Amino acid sequence: MSLAINIGIAKTHLLSRKKQSLIAMLGVTFGIAMFIFMISFMKGVNEFLSDTMLSSTPDIHIYNDISTDYSKSIAGEYFRDSSVTVSVSHPKPKEVTINIKNAYDIVADLKHDPSVLAVSPYLSTQAFYNYGPVQINGMIEGVDILQEDHLYKLHEKMSSGKLENLLTTDYGILMGQGLADKLNVRMGDLVSLATPNGTSMRFRIVGTFKIGIGQIDNVKSYVNIPTVQQLLEKDRNYITDIAIKLTNIKYARAEAALMSRKYNYTAEDWETANSSVTTSNLIRDILTIVVSVTLLVVAGFGIYNIMNMTIASKMKDIAILKAEGFARRDIAQIFLSQSLAIGILGALTGIALGFMLSYAMSNVPFPKNEFIGLKYFPVIFEARYYIFGFGFGVLTTFFAGVLPSVKASKVDPVAILRG
Amino acid sequence: MAEILRAQSINKYFNEGEDFHVLKDVSLSISQGEFVTIVGKSGSGKSSLLYVLSTLDTQYDGEISIKDYHVTGLSQNELAAFRNEHIGFVFQFHFLLPEFTVLENVMLPALKLGRFDRDSIEKKALEKLAEMEMDLFAHKLSSKLSGGQQQRVAIARALINEPDIIMADEPTGNLDTVNTQTVFNIFNDLSHRYGCTIITVTHDPDFAARSDRHIELVDGRIAE
Repeated sequence: MSLAINIGIAKTHLLSRKKQSLIAMLGVTFGIAMFIFMISFMKGVNEFLSDTMLSSTPDIHIYNDISTDYSKSIAGEYFRDSSVTVSVSHPKPKEVTINIKNAYDIVADLKHDPSVLAVSPYLSTQAFYNYGPVQINGMIEGVDILQEDHLYKLHEKMSSGKLENLLTTDYGILMGQGLADKLNVRMGDLVSLATPNGTSMRFRIVGTFKIGIGQIDNVKSYVNIPTVQQLLEKDRNYITDIAIKLTNIKYARAEAALMSRKYNYTAEDWETANSSVTTSNLIRDILTIVVSVTLLVVAGFGIYNIMNMTIASKMKDIAILKAEGFARRDIAQIFLSQSLAIGILGALTGIALGFMLSYAMSNVPFPKNEFIGLKYFPVIFEARYYIFGFGFGVLTTFFAGVLPSVKASKVDPVAILRG
Repeated sequence: MAEILRAQSINKYFNEGEDFHVLKDVSLSISQGEFVTIVGKSGSGKSSLLYVLSTLDTQYDGEISIKDYHVTGLSQNELAAFRNEHIGFVFQFHFLLPEFTVLENVMLPALKLGRFDRDSIEKKALEKLAEMEMDLFAHKLSSKLSGGQQQRVAIARALINEPDIIMADEPTGNLDTVNTQTVFNIFNDLSHRYGCTIITVTHDPDFAARSDRHIELVDGRIAE
């Protein structure tokens, strides 16, 4: 009952100075709207980057890293027991093979692991694509195309032809769209390429793909594993890399460490391989939160100021209300509910404005760019950011209103009534 | 007549740099339905006494009882509820809430008391305004009224909860002769016809002379 009257008084106070109330409310509105807009946009960018990153990076990548540990030498071993100091200047690696020696055993073993969703063994090499007299530098990857599809959903990214063509055609090749454009070739055309060790081969293009990342689309081609083994003049078991997709990507780091120990090869998780992306995601998150909190705190100070001014101009009213029998709690309620009303209305309009800004942004075409396959600015719409924005806005105005309201409740009516 | 207010050995000090003894051992008793004026020169402590008696000021030594309640020592919240029910106020500068209509100003103390529903409070407020001949202005904003009109609304507001005592601090201090006469007549009527106790501070000797009793304060003491 008493609360209803106090809120009624608060309402009259707010409505009797509409402009001031509106300005205070707009402060909160803009704070919340910017928070929602920024976080939706930044999270959208983060998600887009993670997605594109994961469309070209396996959750875990097992490979044979070239050792650069030269602390041991044969000379050192030989003279171990004598008092001779052995120094080898400028050591270089002996001819090493960088393949995974028991690759197919590892693949078979991984397939039994319940945390592994898909495994794709592959080998890759540098290649020079012949375009008339010009040679274009690129990459060729020998894969089991169906396994590769499990990892990266390649079939969704085909711009011409079909994945399965690779299996049914001798010397077929799936080529990145950007590379095909550079070579001015289309599906069905022949292309010849050479490897660094001199072998060359002719392929028929059975399809082109577009992942959306220039660094891949402009350089990479897929062929079958035996073709690359043949190009490199290696045996049928020669595999250099194993790509793994996990059932839960969150455990990549832990699983990678386990696999590294178990198989005795380097196992790298996607976060480590793309630490620049994860770091920039973190920085964007921090930036968003800092800017949003600043905006809301500024809005809070605005409300604090306006409430203080209101109370200074309402001293007589407070005194008269106290004389009439309104208790300290009532006075605090009257002013706190004004501040909360500003906060709640501001937060609601802020949510609406934030949604509109985000929606508008999600319809702005992304500048055409050959490196990133993005049509519109990436924006995500998630209810929790709206709920968080609302809660934070109301909380800020609550705290901004508490001090002035308590001050108002402590006004000594006698001092004011006596004039 | 039954005693409605008793004050015993009230002492009050102001602490402004050095202690100033405003009220010196003031004791008084006021009966139900009495129309009492408190007079005295500026600084004699007459307003201080009124605010102590009204329970708004709790910084004093001594004992005060109003009706059957011992009000000395009650908490601020208890005193607020007590004032709401038992005391009506009229001040020198009208002190209506400017953003509210005349009717809302009058209704507010009754809404706070919450003894009746809104409709009957509105009806009663209109009755009180009619008694003050202010019912035609009921839906005007109170800040649009003249001084005399505001004071009559303030009296209607003081009456809304049918208090035992009306306390007034220089209610005619800002009014012309005609309005002063009106206010006096209203108070006189309230006290003699309806048995309402009225305690008012004034420096108008004529106003004081025509009341039932005037208490004169000289340097914080009641002059005999």
